[in-house]
Amino acid sequence: MEALDLARWQFGITTVYHFMLVPLTIGLSTLVAIMQTAWVRTGNEKWLRLTKFYGKLLLINFALGVATGIVQEFQFGMNWSNYSRFVGDVFGAPLAMEALAAFFLESTFLGLWIFGWDRLSKKVHLATVWAFSIGSLLSAYFILAANSWMQHPVGAIYNEETGRAEMTDIWAVLTNNTTLVAFPHVIATAFLVAGTFVAGIGVWWMVKSVRAKGDGPENTDARMYRTAARFGAVVMLIAGVGLLVTGDLQAKLMFKQQPIKMAAAEGLMNTEQPAAFSLFAIGNLAGNDPESVKHVLEIPGLTSYLATGDWDAPVTGINQLQEIYSERYGATTADGETIEYRPNLLVTYWSFRLMIGLAAFSAALALAILWVTRKKRVSDALWFKRLALVSIPMPFFASAFGWIFTEMGRQPFVVAPNPTGSDQILMMTMFGNSASVSAGEVLTSMITFTVVYGVLGVFWFRLQKRYTSEGAPVIAPPPDDTDDEAGKPMSFAY
Amino acid sequence: MELATVWFILIAVLWTGYLVLEGFDFGVGMLMPVVGKTNTERRVALNTIGPVWDGNEVWLLTAGGATFAAFPEWYATMFSGFYLPLLLILVALIVRAVAIEYRAKINDPTWRKNWDRAIIITAWVPSILWGVAFANLVRGVPLDEDHEFIGNLFTLLSPFALLGGAVTLLLFLTHGSIFLALKTDGIVRERAEALAKRFAPISLVVAAVWAIWAQLAYSEVVWTWVPLAIAAAGLALAWWFSLQGRFGKAFTANAVAIAGAVVLIFGSMFPDVMPASNDAANSLTVDNASSTDYTLTVMTWVACFLLPVILLYQGWTYWVFRKRISVKHIPEHNELTFSKD
Repeated sequence: MEALDLARWQFGITTVYHFMLVPLTIGLSTLVAIMQTAWVRTGNEKWLRLTKFYGKLLLINFALGVATGIVQEFQFGMNWSNYSRFVGDVFGAPLAMEALAAFFLESTFLGLWIFGWDRLSKKVHLATVWAFSIGSLLSAYFILAANSWMQHPVGAIYNEETGRAEMTDIWAVLTNNTTLVAFPHVIATAFLVAGTFVAGIGVWWMVKSVRAKGDGPENTDARMYRTAARFGAVVMLIAGVGLLVTGDLQAKLMFKQQPIKMAAAEGLMNTEQPAAFSLFAIGNLAGNDPESVKHVLEIPGLTSYLATGDWDAPVTGINQLQEIYSERYGATTADGETIEYRPNLLVTYWSFRLMIGLAAFSAALALAILWVTRKKRVSDALWFKRLALVSIPMPFFASAFGWIFTEMGRQPFVVAPNPTGSDQILMMTMFGNSASVSAGEVLTSMITFTVVYGVLGVFWFRLQKRYTSEGAPVIAPPPDDTDDEAGKPMSFAY
Repeated sequence: MELATVWFILIAVLWTGYLVLEGFDFGVGMLMPVVGKTNTERRVALNTIGPVWDGNEVWLLTAGGATFAAFPEWYATMFSGFYLPLLLILVALIVRAVAIEYRAKINDPTWRKNWDRAIIITAWVPSILWGVAFANLVRGVPLDEDHEFIGNLFTLLSPFALLGGAVTLLLFLTHGSIFLALKTDGIVRERAEALAKRFAPISLVVAAVWAIWAQLAYSEVVWTWVPLAIAAAGLALAWWFSLQGRFGKAFTANAVAIAGAVVLIFGSMFPDVMPASNDAANSLTVDNASSTDYTLTVMTWVACFLLPVILLYQGWTYWVFRKRISVKHIPEHNELTFSKD
């Protein structure tokens, strides 16, 4: 394989790995902050126990989330130096702002939260977990502003002399309409992931507690886990609605800004009016052979609606878009080869469906949880416990497929052209990688990262499993006051 | 002053923050098995950086991000040029973050021993490699007309660069032992104090040799003798105060020495950000590597507003956790065992 393909694989692997962990951190930090707020306001000990229980799982996750994030900050320069030179003037700004405004906030206040249980007043300590949560949300905003610029470059001009994109309007970059829909969509994903995590574990423990000690009022554990399950389910439901609304807005925008990506998502080979939404397709999607694709199951008019809000509107197909793109952005490369503007259809078509399907499954599960636990009820059904456990990974995969669709759908561009912007602010992926880095070097780093991430992922999983099966800690009574204050052990130590 | 120059200075400030703060983190990591013979003693050492190490590391990410925003050409050339050393550093930082966090999660000697090993190795690797990288910036590397690095791994491993690696290693060992002497009590403090007294003179000598070599061979200006002298004085004072048992002052002196070294390194490069060793015409300079004035203006506003706030809350964190830690402060192991697994 060439350095270009390896660099693409490496970026894909490291980013997907990072984004398996990120949504849980973003969502769970906020949910834990809410739990701790409930404890501070009501004084009800169950909220303190839940805060400590899910807080521990959050920290196990955060450590690996940080670790996998470090690489991203440098990978642009390492493997994509030509890209970095081309976009640095614009792309670097949100990245540096992210570090200054979000990373410092997150990491400093997380340290205060972990170690500050007995050093800070209750309210200041509560403020630290909120600062952490706000930091993680801010960081998502800035990095999405950077990514959205690659999908839809705004606020910049092309400088002929230097051959690079130059920023002219930071406000336009930060309020890119692509960012404004991508951010709520990603945040809703994060809450779906974290809500399912909290609810899934809550249900699992609720059933387990009921089976161990019955469902009488004295079984405070079962009541506590029921609270967690319902809290998580409500979050899942709100997140599900948020995903639907923001996903629809995003799709409409994408039909305007990156029409070929959305046509690829629908497997829409030729222009149709009205265009149906395909649920299942057969044929040679992988070979990008448009004529062999047959749609088996379709919802009439839905793609037209998704694209325009009108059930009868025409939607341009991939074959027609290929012609339009060739005319506007060039038909052949310098070597005389035809430029293929189609993304990989197999990946875009199926990742889009898996994203929607897996997320819909989670939202349906939320309804089931709320129904089973209605009117102070608890459940002891084994199948429910198992279902809850199986459901936990689903939104993780949904979010991974969502990103795979977004990023693979942007190919063959690394900076996709803005149809209403400058035709010179675009970059084909094949021109973006580092000229001075050999395939052997990229292969070395790719194997290293994959192996290291894989090994650390195993530890992550073992710890999550181990700490989940331990359950929420019982809160010990405060230590004897006669102890001398200076010699008191720390509330937490590594 | 031109904005590009302001950003050159700001990036030097970010690196100073990183090396001063993560310098003692790495020192603590390397010295953990030396100052701590038992598990509890090792935990005393590790917990001196417990609440702060993550925030300290962000200075590096910010330096990286700021370089991307202010000098994209520099960012692109440096990180694609220093590919394999940077890979090693990144792997070390990845494993390190997880090792610190996971070490105490399972109460099992084998589990702890392996994560301890990871913490130690991942402190050694970047401690050496950062010095190698900075020495290469001072010395210059071969670049073509497109500012692409045209050397290989061995180009980066010259004697001057390797000595640079020894300098950061020794600086961080000194810095870490002084920090431990300042933050711990009891047996760990005694061992740390003894180590600080031993490391300080060695780091003074090695750093002085490297700095004078850098100044004579690679600096084109005379004024960089000033930061060199300040750095040397800082290290000498750190040694002197260590001998006196005044570790607060020794720590400050050592931090000043690290800042002096960064000023020497950046000052000897200026106006280049990455000198080309083969042909001066191919050098990346503050002018030809920087972003546009507009981007720099925006970033200046952001940095001027946020950096003081960051310093304030990071400073507050150090204040909250200012107390010395000793064996009696380490809580019993309340983590889980593998037995139920």
